[in-house]
Amino acid sequence: MQAFTVLTGLAAPLDRANVDTDAIIPKQFLKSIKRAGFGPYLFDEWRYLDRGEPDMDCSQRPINPDFVLNKPEYQGAQILLARENFGCGSSREHAPWALEDYGFRAIIAPSFADIFYNNCFKNGLLPIVLAADTVAGLFKELTPGYRLSIDLTAQKITKPNGIEIAFEIDQARKYRLLNGLDDIALTLQQADKILAYEAARAKRAPWLFASDQA
Amino acid sequence: MPGKTLYDKLWDDHVVHQEDDGSALIYIDRHLLHEVTSPQAFEGLRLAGRKPWRPMRNLAVADHNVPTLGREQGIADPVSRLQVETLDKNCAEFAIQEFTMTDPRQGIVHVIGPEQGATLPGMTVVCGDSHTSTHGASGALAFGIGTSEVEHVLAAQCLVQKKAKNMLVKVEGRLQPGVTAKDLILAIIGVIGTAGGNGYTIEFAGPAIRDLSMEGRMTVCNMAIEAGARAGLVAVDEITIDYYRDRPFSPKGGDWCMAERFWRGLYSDADAVFDQVVELDALEIKPQVTWGTSPELVVAVDDSVPDPELEVDPVKKQSMIRALDYMDLQPGQAITGILVDKVFIGSCTNSRIEDLRAAAAIAAGKKIAANIKQALVVPGSGLVKRQAETEGLDKIFTAAGFEWREPGCSMCLAMNADRLEPGERCASTSNRNFEGRQGYGGRTHLVSPAMAAAAAIAGRFTDVREWL
Repeated sequence: MQAFTVLTGLAAPLDRANVDTDAIIPKQFLKSIKRAGFGPYLFDEWRYLDRGEPDMDCSQRPINPDFVLNKPEYQGAQILLARENFGCGSSREHAPWALEDYGFRAIIAPSFADIFYNNCFKNGLLPIVLAADTVAGLFKELTPGYRLSIDLTAQKITKPNGIEIAFEIDQARKYRLLNGLDDIALTLQQADKILAYEAARAKRAPWLFASDQA
Repeated sequence: MPGKTLYDKLWDDHVVHQEDDGSALIYIDRHLLHEVTSPQAFEGLRLAGRKPWRPMRNLAVADHNVPTLGREQGIADPVSRLQVETLDKNCAEFAIQEFTMTDPRQGIVHVIGPEQGATLPGMTVVCGDSHTSTHGASGALAFGIGTSEVEHVLAAQCLVQKKAKNMLVKVEGRLQPGVTAKDLILAIIGVIGTAGGNGYTIEFAGPAIRDLSMEGRMTVCNMAIEAGARAGLVAVDEITIDYYRDRPFSPKGGDWCMAERFWRGLYSDADAVFDQVVELDALEIKPQVTWGTSPELVVAVDDSVPDPELEVDPVKKQSMIRALDYMDLQPGQAITGILVDKVFIGSCTNSRIEDLRAAAAIAAGKKIAANIKQALVVPGSGLVKRQAETEGLDKIFTAAGFEWREPGCSMCLAMNADRLEPGERCASTSNRNFEGRQGYGGRTHLVSPAMAAAAAIAGRFTDVREWL
């Protein structure tokens, strides 16, 4: 996983609440058995005027000129400014895969759906929760060329005018993201604890362990 | 010290290791897998040279991509076929039990789990699917995870989690005839909103919940995620215990007695403290119909489409305007005047035997309206299908003009051939009315199975209470 330390990048506004994971990456693209290559289909139904299908050459498709990410001034955006409950709906990790593959490294919103929020951290994508009025303020300020600097170590965002905004983040998640650590390797370092738990639990709830020896 | 909530009890029972920062390593008793969210997880295992920690704790089934017609000929779409074949190969390679597409036990992962007794009270249950919350109906802590976590559970049988807050949704009184578990959960989502449960585990309690069958409780917990909560819960009672007796994976003999004794302690203590409590009166709930592109955009069937001009919150107002435009509806339009093109009865929300019985009771002896292009009935599993056929429900449906299909997720998310065409309007018993969910440009209205059947007969939404 790509580590996240400091990012200075162009911000793009997606001014809708409850952006669901079906909108972020529609279901037909979930048929892929790969982890990469979802970027061209990010927000497919909003981004293009035709119906998207897997393995399409997106450079040949008619784009929706009104969709914000298609505007020339937001090309290369790495920070997405979003509204309430971003990422609601399904658990598909294809949603953060698509956002990351497109080029986003951070999303700022007043709230995120829980599963999506969790999935972001597994993919080097930083979801930042800010107070609703702070986000509303950013939406007002955001004009083309608006760049934010995000420092994960210091847990602060610096606006173009130099004003800083602090943000909260779970320390364990921060540590893993800063170092790009593999969660599974960390957990397997505790294998003895898992085995001890299983032994104790098998005494409390033997019916759950009846088939494990097979 | 105050008592514990059911969620507290389940959480405490599964903590392998508590970290100082509040996160904990949690043991997972049952891991369910399907073809869409697992291939990259198995690939990760292979690349790292890892093996499943406890192969027998995993159970896999193909459901999202499977055709509901002509299954004996295999899957026509090569991309879907590859995904299902990949699941078969991965399960064989890693010695994981799988119900393959032609197994009579195959079905939607959240239908077969309880049906097989593979997901039991007191367990932690995860699956790479947000509707894993369904299994909380049995008093299990069940929630959806992403593919990285699927790989994590395969490798370590554990997950690093932070404990959620406790919410109690208490439903007093009794549901009226014609008002179902689906109407109840849609009404709850209408009250707390699609983000209202973010960061919470919701326990559903009160007389109206106690009155529900296990199937009804599954419908309610299934849509906890539509209220933002990763997990929904219902305390164990006689209905729970009776449901799990003699299921294939249920404990047997002395193990059953011990399990039953333990399960009977799975309820919230009377003095437990919840971070938030929401109370509803079941008597006030009418059959529900969603009108927008989020499950919270819902009204009673005898109501009309709301007017965004009356909404004060500018972000909500914009969402409503956008939803009305997508759904091609006008403010003030009566719900019962909205014509329907297609009807879908199925999904992990409403495809169990009780749902099919409720829909068949409405359809019996009638015909679907001339304007209905297609009315699908997709049982949740091969065993539900067989049971329905034993009861003659398939004959009732086909005589009325419905199509009787093979089990799977089908038109709930349209990953197989069952889908809406642009502009088509559907009365659907599924769980999400998002833009394009049932097919590009399709328009979804979420309803109960009885309401969907009635819409098929009438050709438009109609109050099923008038049909009783």
